[in-house]
Amino acid sequence: MAVIYRTETFSATPGWLVLSDGTAFEGEVVSADPLESEGVLAGGEVVFNTALTGYQEVATDPSYAGQFVAFTNPQIGNYGCNDTDMESAKVRASGIVVRDYSELYSNYRATGSLLELTGAARVPLFSGVDTRALTRHVRSHGALGAVIGTGSRAELAAAAGEHLTTTGKDLASGAGRSTRLAVPGEGPKVVAIDYGMKTSIIRQLAQYFDLVVLPATSTAQEVLSESPAGVFVSNGPGDPAAITHSDAQLQGIMGKVPLFGICLGHQLIARAIGARTYKLEFGHHGGNHPVSRLSDRVVEITSQNHNYAVDRESLQSAVVPAKVTHVNLNDGVVEGFALPDERTISVQYHPEAAPGPHDSFYLFEQFYQMVAEAR
Amino acid sequence: MPRRDDLSSILVIGSGPIVIGQACEFDYSGTQACRVLKEEGYRVVLANSNPATIMTDPGFADATYIEPLEATVLEAIIAKERPDALLPTLGGQTALNLAMQLHESGVLTSYGVELIGANALAIETAENRELFKAAMQDIGLRVPRSGFAYTLEEAMEVAVEIGFPIVVRPSYILGGAGTGIAKDEDEFAEIARFGLAASPISEILVEESIAGWKEFELEVMRDGADNAVIVCSIENLDPMGVHTGDSITVAPAQTLTDVEYQLMRDAAFRVIRRIGVETGGSNIQFAVNPADGEMVVIEMNPRVSRSSALASKATGFPIAKIATKLAVGYRLDEVRNDITRLTPASFEPSIDYVVTKVPRWAFEKFPGVAPILSTRMQSVGEAMAIGRTFAESLQKALRSIELGRWGLGADPADKELEGVEVGELVSRASVATPNRIFEVEAAMRAGASVEDLYATTQIDPWFLHQIMRIVQEKEAWKGHEFVRGTASEIADVFSKRDFMRAKRLGFSDAQLAHLLGVDAVELTGARKLVGVPTIFKTVDTCAAEFEAKTPYHYSSYDAETEVRTGAKPKVIILGSGPNRIGQGIEFDYCCVHASYALREAGYETIMVNCNPETVSTDYDTSDKLYLEPLFPEDLREVIEAETAGGAPLHGVIVSLGGQTPLKLAQSISPALVLGTSPDSIDAAEDRKRWAALCDELRIPQPAGATVTSLPEALAAVTDIGYPVLVRPSYVLGGRAMEIVYDREELVEAFSRLEKLSAEGEHAKDRPILIDSFLEDAIEVDVDAIRDAGGDFLLGGIMEHIEEAGIHSGDSACVIPPITLAADTIATLEAYTRAIADSLEVVGLINVQYAVKAGQVFVIEANPRASRTVPFVSKATAVPLVKIATLIMAGESIASLEARGIFERKGEAPYYSVKEAVLPFSRFPSSDTLLGPEMRSTGEVMGIDSDFAMAFAKSQLAAGQNLPSEGDIFLSLADKDKPAGVELAKGLDSLGFGLVATSGTADFLKRYGIEVANVVGKLGEIKEGELDAVSLISSGSVGLVVNTPRGRGPRGDGYHIRTAANKYKVPCITTMSAALAAVRALGAMAAGDLVVKSIQEHHAESA
Repeated sequence: MAVIYRTETFSATPGWLVLSDGTAFEGEVVSADPLESEGVLAGGEVVFNTALTGYQEVATDPSYAGQFVAFTNPQIGNYGCNDTDMESAKVRASGIVVRDYSELYSNYRATGSLLELTGAARVPLFSGVDTRALTRHVRSHGALGAVIGTGSRAELAAAAGEHLTTTGKDLASGAGRSTRLAVPGEGPKVVAIDYGMKTSIIRQLAQYFDLVVLPATSTAQEVLSESPAGVFVSNGPGDPAAITHSDAQLQGIMGKVPLFGICLGHQLIARAIGARTYKLEFGHHGGNHPVSRLSDRVVEITSQNHNYAVDRESLQSAVVPAKVTHVNLNDGVVEGFALPDERTISVQYHPEAAPGPHDSFYLFEQFYQMVAEAR
Repeated sequence: MPRRDDLSSILVIGSGPIVIGQACEFDYSGTQACRVLKEEGYRVVLANSNPATIMTDPGFADATYIEPLEATVLEAIIAKERPDALLPTLGGQTALNLAMQLHESGVLTSYGVELIGANALAIETAENRELFKAAMQDIGLRVPRSGFAYTLEEAMEVAVEIGFPIVVRPSYILGGAGTGIAKDEDEFAEIARFGLAASPISEILVEESIAGWKEFELEVMRDGADNAVIVCSIENLDPMGVHTGDSITVAPAQTLTDVEYQLMRDAAFRVIRRIGVETGGSNIQFAVNPADGEMVVIEMNPRVSRSSALASKATGFPIAKIATKLAVGYRLDEVRNDITRLTPASFEPSIDYVVTKVPRWAFEKFPGVAPILSTRMQSVGEAMAIGRTFAESLQKALRSIELGRWGLGADPADKELEGVEVGELVSRASVATPNRIFEVEAAMRAGASVEDLYATTQIDPWFLHQIMRIVQEKEAWKGHEFVRGTASEIADVFSKRDFMRAKRLGFSDAQLAHLLGVDAVELTGARKLVGVPTIFKTVDTCAAEFEAKTPYHYSSYDAETEVRTGAKPKVIILGSGPNRIGQGIEFDYCCVHASYALREAGYETIMVNCNPETVSTDYDTSDKLYLEPLFPEDLREVIEAETAGGAPLHGVIVSLGGQTPLKLAQSISPALVLGTSPDSIDAAEDRKRWAALCDELRIPQPAGATVTSLPEALAAVTDIGYPVLVRPSYVLGGRAMEIVYDREELVEAFSRLEKLSAEGEHAKDRPILIDSFLEDAIEVDVDAIRDAGGDFLLGGIMEHIEEAGIHSGDSACVIPPITLAADTIATLEAYTRAIADSLEVVGLINVQYAVKAGQVFVIEANPRASRTVPFVSKATAVPLVKIATLIMAGESIASLEARGIFERKGEAPYYSVKEAVLPFSRFPSSDTLLGPEMRSTGEVMGIDSDFAMAFAKSQLAAGQNLPSEGDIFLSLADKDKPAGVELAKGLDSLGFGLVATSGTADFLKRYGIEVANVVGKLGEIKEGELDAVSLISSGSVGLVVNTPRGRGPRGDGYHIRTAANKYKVPCITTMSAALAAVRALGAMAAGDLVVKSIQEHHAESA
């Protein structure tokens, strides 16, 4: 092993991030080569992420599809990127917005730079932005549609519209794998339905299970035909209400084997039992959200990334009796529930962390226990 | 788990005097603790010997004991107050050690006092290195390879086994005293010997050196239900090998991936759980090998620490306050986050800025001590700055430490390293010194690369690159010729983008103007012309995710500003910046009280300061806090932001924070200065104006002259006569002041002054002041207040114990005076009143006098808060700062008295002694001789109805462990020998044996005093005589009295004093202090030390 550091050279072109309400933020498009022409580089919904570490994991997390991620941590790129911290094969966010992108990265694990990753995915890396002002704007005006581009601000403003948000969009059905993937391992067989599953979830599940990953569009029959001892429903991007096939899919599985959902998976399970999902003003994106585990009031510091949430009241009147198990201590949002009769648990946050605290790894163990007991 | 109702009374132990390694941060934490406990309805008993603290103000506890922090004294307090619990985790290492002593001696058990916060086992496991190492192994964490040794031989065996380089760490010491790195056996023997002597239990840890690894700290909080959070991560710019207190540190950590950070976080939780800190905050240090990420645990503090204070200020998460709540039973999720007011404290702050802390040292005060940083902390203070980037916060921090720098170079001081060859600079930077960061910058300017500097400094390349950005940016601002250098001309050349880029890297306008060779005002004008205003962001714990209710701001260059202006009239209070010798916690005390008083009076109070240790930089001390450099343009931007809207700015208080704000007063409109006018301040500072004023008032001054050269000085001395006091004008804390007895010494003094000006410490054109030195005069300090109508309030008259010539900050003093005649006291009061009137003082004034043979001479006047204000307030129960502040805001003494803000009291029925605490143990090769240059870092107070006992308490509190038996070693200057007879007789009658140097012994024998042993002159020891150094090292001497003449390491005296310092034998260097010590020894022999709270004392004097 050796100390690794490298300085990149890049070009920085003045540009704009323009929101659908007309608000514009100045910045510079950072690119390996000079931009060839002016205009819109990307469109998406602006969200902010407050994690202090883990920009690589966030950028490559499929749940950020369709979104611009603005990092509130102003210094980004410091430690470069590496092959093992990828949450999917490439950058999945539509744009990366930072205050100060570092020309030099330094870390013994580094194999390349963030710019190399965004460049490979043709995703703009937009630096020099007052990300705090942007965050405050999003906090008070909600997640807005936006474009990143260069040239005329007016032209960019014309292109920035509400249609660029995730509302009403099924971004998840195509976010994950389109073919079956086997991850052979020790332990009972579990099928994971991939709505844009993070690699670290696969890594966690593979510690306990003989894992098969199936596409999001798989039917209940297709899932059950694998004879799984348990089923996992993954995270993923976009509006859960826009996903039409998942109700039937999950209703067909529920009760037959233990079920575990994370993030979008949690929302889809809720919808499958008749509960409602709704869009939060600006979502939870970060690594410091306190969640109370109601069974013993232990506080878990959690990694979160969701714009949508499960409505608590509708959960209580759902067709299947549900019990809220976890609550966000900041704003009371439902962070987890259980369907005791259906051997189902689900959480809104990310127990696999990556990036974020490891406080909730126990949920994978808990799922394993459920599966083991059910066999 | 809510508040514990089974406890009703809680004892809090403070950290005692400010020393290197333990400063204002424990006043901050202790004040928070006391406030929380009172709010929660507990009876608070506080013990702290430091009168300059906020926490020892009578209102913060129900019973405040300003008594020596000694186990026996604490036992007496416990016996009297019978507290249910002891909270030992907020008073630094001092409180923790005392709690352990009280636990081990069974005092806590016998009085049924429960340790809360951390129990004895947890403290022991964290503090005892063997136990700690075993505990870490239990939980699968690696610590550096090491072994304990109790003798030099054992130490050598362990060292050979581990292999060099090796770190030596003495056990149970504070701030790393006695710690060092040895590269070979010879160095090792020296360091190990010193370490064994420094450890109270003669135990050292001999440890594998991991110098060059990256160093990190995590601040952890845990509650009684086992919820744990990380409040802040801190990364040291200086790699392992430099004490974290002496390192430039950065929050949050910048070079860790999430994978590495989370492993560290997991490890931190394992550590706090294994050590067993049940509730509260701890700080855990890690080292990481940059080549492979291997992580080792360095140490853990099972208490609130200096880093906790930094982390609190860096994040807005009040660690001390919450630690206290957790200690009395609350869970993290039951405590509210004060900043958002909606969310709970059970979260991990996210920050959207970078915080940099830069230490400040005082090596110039200790000649002979090499300014090399090591694992032993040597800095005396620190400044913190916040920026949106590391580069910005680094440059802001460097102009905050007040060493005349405007940032990282691009200022006149750049000259120092210009012309030094690049290779030389790179190699200099390999040694960690206070100047290293500037050497790195200069090396880059001379062409060195990140690679070159990484190879020699092991500073992470990421940090080096950020410094490189600063260096490269300078190039863009060079080589431009301007016709007139006006704002519009500059704005034609430099665009908004240029300004934005430079300002975002932290450049001050002064730096950019310096690079361009234009006026800074024009540069600022150009910046505003192109549309780059200064904006202010908010510290909010959550990176803007929630709305912040507390306006805690820092400046930056971005799109949006967050300053909101209110409806109440505003007052800005300027703090005192980083602690340094001569300017420390006393001034923070003053600033904080000003804020409290004005808040109460209906003003919006706005604090500007950059010292993270202090109470003043707590976000709820004032209505608004700007954590900004105390630098002219940064201050102007704050004033501009505050005058942009809302209620009018009533004024700026510049007279409570020491020299720092006074200097800044010159850069703001005089109309804004509240209280005494800048012109009056100048009249007191300017020697000619001051002399004229004294003449007019017919107040005698020692004869004096102002000179600029040696011939002029020699001529002046012909009139004045020796001895004379020689000092450069415009310096702080008596820097380079000397007492000179003859021509030869005067010549030497001038050559030292020339050297000083060569070092840039003292400008050549600045005059040198020569005053007649009143030998054997009694020095007196007077603090007083005058209002705009001319009404006068005497605060206190302090008689110094040490004679005139010892810096007032280094000498002990007593209220009320013990030897001054009534008419002298009347004269002192009359003079002070006359001077205050003449200077048209509005607020505080401090005047120093020398009284010789009944005649009063005025030495100097400072129309501002003095270092002694907190002490006087505590001694007299009159809230001087509150009164002075309200007077500056426009009230009168009479109206305040009528409103019951204070009562005039008669002479108190007790004596209050202030004693200075000196940092010599940190600098083993420095001379411990007191002189006109101040070197103390802190102070303690002793109170008793008997002066001798009050003095004894002050000595005990200052760590001068006066002996109760054994021999006392006298070595006196000729002029002191007559008084030595009285001293020797006193000691003899108390049963002490006497040892003396031959001259002193001969003199004493003539008066029939028996001297048991005679010590020979160094190098010429006669038959039957002892050698001073071996005598002191033998341990048979319990006290050394060595009064020298002149200065410098040129005689036996130096060897005697350094030996006493090294072997921790108390050493007194003035006859007056020695005589007071004899009285103290008598008092201690005659009776027990009785403890009494300040509230009881004050009630008696009512």
